[in-house]
Amino acid sequence: MTQTATLAVASVAPHADTAPVIRDSRPLRLITCGSVDDGKSTLIGRLLWDTKAVKEDQAATLRRDSGQQNDLGLPDFALLLDGLQAEREQGITIDVAYRYFATDRRSFIVADTPGHEQYTRNMATGASTADLAILLVDARAGLLEQTRRHATIASLMGIKQFVLAVNKFDLVGYDKAVFDQISTEFKALALSLGVRQVTAIPMSALKGENVVYSGRSVIPWYEGPTLVETLELATLRSGQSTGFRLPVQRVSRPGESFRGYQGTVAGGAVKPGDSVAVLPSGQVANVKQIVTFDLVRNAAVSGDAITLVLDRQVDVARGDMIVSLDAQPQTGLAFDAQIVALQPDGIVPGKRYWLKAGSRRQRVQVEPVQQLDLKSGKWQAAEMLQMNAIGKVHLAFDETAIFDPYEQNRGTGAFILIDPDTNNTVAGGMITARRSELGGLNAHDGRVILSLPADLADELLATELLASRRDEVEARRLTTAAARQLLDDIDG
Amino acid sequence: MHVHTSEFDPHSKDPVTKPPLDPHLKALENEAIYIFREVAAEFEKPVMLYSIGKDSSVLLHLARKAFFPGRVPFPLLHIDTGWKFPEMIAFRDATAEKFDLDLIVHTNPRGAAEGIGPFSHGSAYHTDVMKTEALRQALDAGKYDAAFGGARRDEEASRAKERIYSFRTPDHKWDPRNQRPELWNIYNGMIRRGESVRAFPLSNWTEVDIWRYIQAENIELPPLYFAKKHRYVERDGMLMWAEDPRFEPLPGEQIQEGSLRFRTLGCWPLTGGIRSNATTLDEVIAELEIATVSERQGRAIDRDQAGSMEKKKREGYF
Repeated sequence: MTQTATLAVASVAPHADTAPVIRDSRPLRLITCGSVDDGKSTLIGRLLWDTKAVKEDQAATLRRDSGQQNDLGLPDFALLLDGLQAEREQGITIDVAYRYFATDRRSFIVADTPGHEQYTRNMATGASTADLAILLVDARAGLLEQTRRHATIASLMGIKQFVLAVNKFDLVGYDKAVFDQISTEFKALALSLGVRQVTAIPMSALKGENVVYSGRSVIPWYEGPTLVETLELATLRSGQSTGFRLPVQRVSRPGESFRGYQGTVAGGAVKPGDSVAVLPSGQVANVKQIVTFDLVRNAAVSGDAITLVLDRQVDVARGDMIVSLDAQPQTGLAFDAQIVALQPDGIVPGKRYWLKAGSRRQRVQVEPVQQLDLKSGKWQAAEMLQMNAIGKVHLAFDETAIFDPYEQNRGTGAFILIDPDTNNTVAGGMITARRSELGGLNAHDGRVILSLPADLADELLATELLASRRDEVEARRLTTAAARQLLDDIDG
Repeated sequence: MHVHTSEFDPHSKDPVTKPPLDPHLKALENEAIYIFREVAAEFEKPVMLYSIGKDSSVLLHLARKAFFPGRVPFPLLHIDTGWKFPEMIAFRDATAEKFDLDLIVHTNPRGAAEGIGPFSHGSAYHTDVMKTEALRQALDAGKYDAAFGGARRDEEASRAKERIYSFRTPDHKWDPRNQRPELWNIYNGMIRRGESVRAFPLSNWTEVDIWRYIQAENIELPPLYFAKKHRYVERDGMLMWAEDPRFEPLPGEQIQEGSLRFRTLGCWPLTGGIRSNATTLDEVIAELEIATVSERQGRAIDRDQAGSMEKKKREGYF
């Protein structure tokens, strides 16, 4: 049992110091994006090739399919990625492909996403789960509208780490001025999107310079890391800063005496004895047991697939959310969100869509408000969102919706929209805020809602009177300023 | 309010204590369990495709975890081409018994009546009739609206393009150019009557992940994965198992005997063995780490023609 330290699928040579490395065993998820012909498939092919993730028989097939090989004696790397017949025929990437490779330090899942505008939905698909985005530009062409679109979608989806790969650098004579200009321009774009972590790397994916191996011999003035070194040091994104969240997927009743709520923890942590609320009903209970196949556990954290047993009979169904009593998500009938429209019909104002978030599916009416102009980077009024548009929308629900802002929790702040006519996924969205509902103050299934400064709310809830009637009280903890604002709103 | 006290202890029977999984395997396990639960909750009639191999064994283990302490809430379906290793069939039946599973075995009656086999009809036609057509028959007969499969994206170029929920038309067609976008872990399970979804909880696993998980979780496998003395011939660069009465050597072919094991399991005439002395999990994993050829190198059906797997998948194959 000594092999765990050497379990890498493939190993990479460039680290001269072969001191034992501690592997981060969780893979880094990344996407590559950029415009058509910027060389994305070639770059990933190069990554797979140089990290020895391509096996001999696959290499032989590749050499056979490549036909005319380039003057470096290397096969056409793009063929490693573009596995579909239509992709090979047209020489473009149509759909997102997922590839796996590893170095001694870390393993990676890369989503190779298409550059063509028509397939932006697949780029968004890849971005939704990525920790880091590699944006490729052709050194000869510089930043294009697609670069801006992809960077924008990646940042909207919460990616905070960008690598700017200035590719085909050999074709501009390894000119430092070209690199400086493109990277300065890109850093300004990234900053305008709120992304502060940008690593710009001059490279030639075709020749393998600064991808896995150093390109110092041809680009001596570049002293930064290679692409793989950058990826090895990147951090996994932490998606959540909220309390305990368990979207209930299923109720497990294997026998009369057992009732467990199955789901994956989407935020925070939980342990037996914790007080929880079931949303949207607001019922309160305590956690009795956390059951998994292997053992009854003392605690569960974000990401754990568990079965939760409560200490009393409460009514819980799929789509409900079990949450910490003292740090609850937002509930309401109206939310603001940002969405990416993914299908040819776009997003039609006033149309009722299905919205799915976690395990909860409900009807929603979508009202477009603004659309992002990718050329200027400015938001403009919009009544309708076409395919590939990035927009701000109002969401209006028939029944209580439960969300956290996406910024605080990716798991409980994201959703998809499904067209009820075609069943197709037509948009991906991120909750930005709850819209205030003045009508909500007395329209909440007869329960009393107290909106109070946090310390006062806690004091009130601790009194004997309220402790016995917790089920009937929904406390919204507000800052004093927010409470004042709410009072002003009501008076006004 | 009535306070419910549960008497049922899901771990009343000897709890197994093991070292915790490493975070990578744990994350893969969590993801697979999430997918299992999501499909089981959203679809009316799911089924799990069970092909007896290592991926199926991991898939089954994860299904048992996902629904514990309940039993696996859907049947397992095995498409039996009639050309499986006898050891596989024995292992399948013992597994169904041991874990109290509903097992459905289906063989294409037309193919069986016409005597279609890999030697007489060629690997492509045999696979088409005895696997793809048989699968469509069984899925139609059971009116299943979701079918779990153990496919992984690292296996093959067209599989790298699969969604986790892979939408299929009423005639089981996959359109790789028009797949539903799949964002975050939010899966769209909305279909019309007759349509179905193939669900792949192991999408993000690699071959090494599978083996490491089998080791960490102590999952039982068919003995064919471990080296043992077998009789075989070398045919078209493949080590073909030669212990079935239906095997006939070609002119000039010598039956040899040696220590072999199988890296993937399928129909024996289409799945080649590899020379190996690895008889334990540790040895198999050690061998895998230095392997210079891919897992499916021994699989004849991937190489029938260019884009072979994609064509099969479009027609309803997994």
